[in-house]
Amino acid sequence: MTDRPDIGQSVAAIVRRDGGRLFAILISQLRNFALAEDCLQDAYASALAHWGKRGLPASPSAWLLQVARRKAIDRLRRATTAQAKEGELSHLLQLEADDTTQDENLAIPDERLKLIFTCCHPAIERQASVALTLRSLCGLTTEEIARAYLTSRETMAQRLVRAQQKIIRTKIPFEIPNETQWPERMDAVLSVIYLIFNEGYAATTLDYIRVDLCNEAIRLARLVWQLAPLESEVGGLLALLLLHRSRFQSRRSAASLFVPLEKQDRLLWDRELISEGTGLLEQVLRRGTAGPYQLQAAIAAIHCEAKSFATTDWQEISLIYDRLFNLNPNPVLALNRLAALSYVEDLSDTFKALLALETELVNYQPFYATKADLLARMGDVEAAITAYEKAMALTTQEAEKTFLQMKCNALKV
Amino acid sequence: MKYMILIYGNESKGINPGTPEFGAYMGGYQAATDVYRKDGVMVAGEALQPVVTATSLRVRKGRNETMDGPFAETKEQLGGFYILDCANLDDAIRYAAMIPDAATGTVEIRPIMSFD
Repeated sequence: MTDRPDIGQSVAAIVRRDGGRLFAILISQLRNFALAEDCLQDAYASALAHWGKRGLPASPSAWLLQVARRKAIDRLRRATTAQAKEGELSHLLQLEADDTTQDENLAIPDERLKLIFTCCHPAIERQASVALTLRSLCGLTTEEIARAYLTSRETMAQRLVRAQQKIIRTKIPFEIPNETQWPERMDAVLSVIYLIFNEGYAATTLDYIRVDLCNEAIRLARLVWQLAPLESEVGGLLALLLLHRSRFQSRRSAASLFVPLEKQDRLLWDRELISEGTGLLEQVLRRGTAGPYQLQAAIAAIHCEAKSFATTDWQEISLIYDRLFNLNPNPVLALNRLAALSYVEDLSDTFKALLALETELVNYQPFYATKADLLARMGDVEAAITAYEKAMALTTQEAEKTFLQMKCNALKV
Repeated sequence: MKYMILIYGNESKGINPGTPEFGAYMGGYQAATDVYRKDGVMVAGEALQPVVTATSLRVRKGRNETMDGPFAETKEQLGGFYILDCANLDDAIRYAAMIPDAATGTVEIRPIMSFD
């Protein structure tokens, strides 16, 4: 037990701030996820006991790192039976001998970029990458991740173990990918971060831990942006997340119902996040290498800066959708482009173009919601109601269904 | 670490010998094998006869039971393999991507178990 009750909080704060960084260094030295996790936990426990008696050391992170490494040596010594372990052990003892961390101010290298590239390797299944990233870089516990993804602790623990074993057994390297692999590997990292954000963003309830997922995604995007500042798409993704995050308060009504952009109270939007997001976006767009994340952020920025739904620059938005479509032609982008165009061009022309997409989007709820909206605006109430019913049949999300039902009911009166 | 690269392709859509496409296809394999040799990662590599030549064997109660096949109704069949000794999975993926059938079929990369 500790003599100082505040030590527990200090340790928790240090774990939160430096945990990912310490874990990354341990992984780089131990090449063993389970061992790195265990000895870091040992070090935290040891910190509670020692710091409680003597107060915080000059450099708590250096202290934790050194203790964790010694705990690893200890664990390996006790476990050493096979020759392979001997190899690991002698490598660690050498590190320990070379280490001059008696000088606690020694700079600790930042290995987190390697860690995120490893956790988000394209050979690992996406959901497993998501879990492993949250566990290793954000320091979330298995329980917290399980709760966030509405699954059991056991399922999540298995998913984590599978991912860790894939890394070790197939020898996924712990390193920064070379130039030829860089684009594909960076795409994988960004898609994992975006997946984490969307899980929170699409949450059907205001459960705090899921809002927390959005914050974790932003934290990760900030980290990667800080470590790879030349990657414009990382800046683009961070800007996109900040701009989406800025509208969080207005996306739910007091009754926890989904509020569409059209009806959102723009006074609730977080101006600070918007100005950070747009500032960052301008900075990366000036480099002239706009990719999908920067373009999506540009659309979000136009929405955030519009005084009202009616005065939104739909023309500009449809032009950005054109560019997105050219990068990656797909019917969903074509649909979004038409939805934007419907506010500036002739409605019946837009509607004709929309119908041409139907065969490709026959199971896509937003297609029928958009179709219904256009029909209602053209005055064809009956056809609009049929389209809303089709959309409702295709959605599995309660909040979405309620929202569509409300739109549909409004037409019936 | 040694990796086995299993090459799956659609036999029925195979390229016929004697055509210019076949020359280019075999040339692709030759080029890949040359790189593996030059880089010192090549352990072994063979092409297999078509699946109609396959025989399956089960030993039950000490007796050999053989059977023609399997001719499972899969779209892609195992057509050959390489064993490459690579530094890590990324290297193995890089080398496997040079295999001509990767562009039309699937190559599976499996680390080989070590019993040290």
